[in-house]
Amino acid sequence: MQPILEMRDITKTFPGVKALTNVNLSVMPAEIHAVVGENGAGKSTLMKVLSGVYPDGTFTGKIMFEGKEQKFSAISDSEDIGIIIIHQELALVPLLSIAENLFLGHETAKMGVINWYEAYARTKELLAKVGLNESPDTLITNIGTGKQQLVEIAKALNKKVKLLILDEPTSSLNEKDSDALLELLMGFRSQGISSILITHKLNEVTKVADRITVIRDGSTIDTMDCSDGTVDEDRIIRAMVGRELSDRYPPRHATIGEPVLEVKDWSVYHPNHAERQTIKGVNLTVNAGEVVGIAGLMGAGRTEFAMSLFGRSWGQKITGSVKLHGKDVDVSTIPRAMDAGLAYVTEDRKTYGLVLIDHIKHNITLANLEDVSKNGVIDDIRELQVANGYRRDLAIRSSSVFQKTGNLSGGNQQKVVLSKWLFSGPDVLILDEPTRGIDVGAKYEIYGIINKLAEAGKAVIVISSEMPELLGMSDRIYVMNEGRFVAEMPVAEASQEAIMRAIMRS
Amino acid sequence: MAQATETSRDKTDILHFVKANIRDYALLISLLIIMAYFQYSTNGTLFMPVNMTNIILQNSYIVIMALGMLLIIVAGHIDLSVGSVSGFIGAVAAVFMVQWKMDTALAVVLCIALGGVIGAMQGFFVAFYRIPAFIVTLAGMLVFKGLALTVLGGASVGPFPKEFQLLSSGYVPDFTTFQLFGQPFNVLAMAIGVVVTALIIRANFKERSNQLQHSMAEEPNVIFFGRNILIAIGFLGFTYLMARYRGLPNVLVVMFALIVLFTFITTRTTFGRRIYALGGNEKAAKLSGINTERLILLTFTIMGALAGLAGLIFAARLNVATPKAGLGFELDVIAACFIGGAATTGGVGKVVGAVIGAFIMGVMNNGMSIMGIGIDWQQVIKGVVLMLAVFLDVYYKQKQG
Repeated sequence: MQPILEMRDITKTFPGVKALTNVNLSVMPAEIHAVVGENGAGKSTLMKVLSGVYPDGTFTGKIMFEGKEQKFSAISDSEDIGIIIIHQELALVPLLSIAENLFLGHETAKMGVINWYEAYARTKELLAKVGLNESPDTLITNIGTGKQQLVEIAKALNKKVKLLILDEPTSSLNEKDSDALLELLMGFRSQGISSILITHKLNEVTKVADRITVIRDGSTIDTMDCSDGTVDEDRIIRAMVGRELSDRYPPRHATIGEPVLEVKDWSVYHPNHAERQTIKGVNLTVNAGEVVGIAGLMGAGRTEFAMSLFGRSWGQKITGSVKLHGKDVDVSTIPRAMDAGLAYVTEDRKTYGLVLIDHIKHNITLANLEDVSKNGVIDDIRELQVANGYRRDLAIRSSSVFQKTGNLSGGNQQKVVLSKWLFSGPDVLILDEPTRGIDVGAKYEIYGIINKLAEAGKAVIVISSEMPELLGMSDRIYVMNEGRFVAEMPVAEASQEAIMRAIMRS
Repeated sequence: MAQATETSRDKTDILHFVKANIRDYALLISLLIIMAYFQYSTNGTLFMPVNMTNIILQNSYIVIMALGMLLIIVAGHIDLSVGSVSGFIGAVAAVFMVQWKMDTALAVVLCIALGGVIGAMQGFFVAFYRIPAFIVTLAGMLVFKGLALTVLGGASVGPFPKEFQLLSSGYVPDFTTFQLFGQPFNVLAMAIGVVVTALIIRANFKERSNQLQHSMAEEPNVIFFGRNILIAIGFLGFTYLMARYRGLPNVLVVMFALIVLFTFITTRTTFGRRIYALGGNEKAAKLSGINTERLILLTFTIMGALAGLAGLIFAARLNVATPKAGLGFELDVIAACFIGGAATTGGVGKVVGAVIGAFIMGVMNNGMSIMGIGIDWQQVIKGVVLMLAVFLDVYYKQKQG
């Protein structure tokens, strides 16, 4: 059988850098082809070459689609022949309806007048194909990320897709939605539609992919065929990082001490719906040197709990008591929570974590300018030393601390946010999805940092949707569901099954 | 892209540095070209000592308001009311001093404080009720335009007391009667010019040696020395021209002190740093423990006080408060900031840029007036320059990104 897509010897250089070197990728008809690699390995660049973002002539090499050589000069050229890319950041207009979004730019119109009957009928058809049971009238802003993802795919189907490219489609989805999405891809496969799946989640790759291409440092390392049974996560990781990762979770040598943080009867109401109680009487204790995980499905209220605790940055009508080192503390505003010794590392580093247009140094000191200034005047030299110190200790890969954080890879951005909160000198660190969307190597480094914090006697709370990570990193796990803590288990007794059972039974 | 960061480390070569900072240089070069052009087309009138002094007097209030406006724009907001507020404060000053015979110093302090209160009131709605500054200050623009009329009873009020007029028409007195080329030459002005130039250069060298010690100097040697030589020539030449007329205008001293103060605030203080963070990403700033509401309130208060000061200077210059004072100032002030490289989205902008931006507009106004170009075409040309400046900004950003 002939491949539907062949990319041959693709080389793409940016001023001063070779981003891709003789990369080869071939996708068979009706195949799910996973492309994996660390952040910055060149996956996105390769997909931009394929979709025409980088037009023909700005790279060397050949793109063959259905046996013919293609020269794209714009994204619309690749879309016209059925190559559709769905980006990590969804391209939907939140305040328009599903139907309006589906046909945006391709309206079913005559002389500019839209035929809404036809549009709605067509929308229903498309939504049925992706298994989404929503009215075409529904505004995008009123449906969750998982469903939005499905709308994006429906949009692709409307354009008669032959090759669907998904960039990190499940990074912001919970397990159930992720599974539904992967099912959908398998459904497409049986209809003859090929997909390229870019993801960091290796369990997904091994679950659905027919073949896997690994890219490292801008070159193709290997293309593995999953049908011969020799592919497992370890083999993929080895190819990705080019070294053995003997242990995905580094060992920790911390002694667990006295309780540092004690939260009692914490209740929070939704900021916009005063009658809806989001957090219902949560009790939590974290000891010195301990890493406590909070498990739960998307929407369980984990982030909401953490943010309401951190200076009431989420919710209203908050009640409950907070003790630090046995003493009642006031955490009613963010500065007070910080003074008390709390730090919250957000799950959404681009929106809530970083000033992307500013450089590393300014971002690191932002939460604790007092320590690099005197009477409100900043000591440049001291600030530089602080920033350089964290850049070295946390191995933030950058040209200098004067590099804009917007230009860093996800893992390095995360390290900058972590540095900022480490510099604020907290006793309790709440890490919300600390490894979301970052590659295996950087994850390992972040785990190392968490371990060091615990070893230094800090109390650490980790919120994560990746259960293996929680099991690998925590000493103790709370399970959260619908605003309540429904179970608490030492890690020795915890397993994915036990956690799911606790959620389902509650 | 590990290699990308590796190669950019070696960006010591001059061309690369200029390219990376093209916006700053382009601005200064534009001002120089515009000055050279008008010097030529006005047959040398532009650089005549009396005209240079005039340019300072004519633009001081715009420059002063541009300092506050820069903070507001960097914080991600806008203030459309500054023209009306400055006119209103001028009117209040006339009532205080001319009609009530209030002590001049007291009246000045009260007027600036009133400006601050007005700014705080507008900032309050922006900060705590999150009403867009565009709306709040548009309302303020109408309100204070109307109040200025009411306060003055629709007529012009003046003249002001002598000591108040000195604010705009006075000069730092000289201690000698020295003459150069048979004309009076202000030795004190020249001396101050030399001292200030020396101080600036010394500060630059001190910063440079600090940077070198901590290997954070990105600017190549050639450019550093060239820049300092240009600064020296610029400052000394400027004070020489001032000295050949009547010396340093009082208002120049006030303006220069404020420029230095605001440069310091924006580059060296935690307050300034937090404003940049607020404009760069308000949510991240808030979650980093920054009291963003108070910060917004404070920037609007500062803006109001500066608008008050500008209103006083303008009234003192005309020696009469008119209901039309301040009309359209906000446009020049905002244009100065954007020509000077501030970003509409917030988080980006420099005090020096806003000042140069204000002088680009000022020199153009002055030069075109001398050339006898009508007010109609002056507006067209100024509009085109503003558009061009912002277009180039956006264009270079896209090219770099």
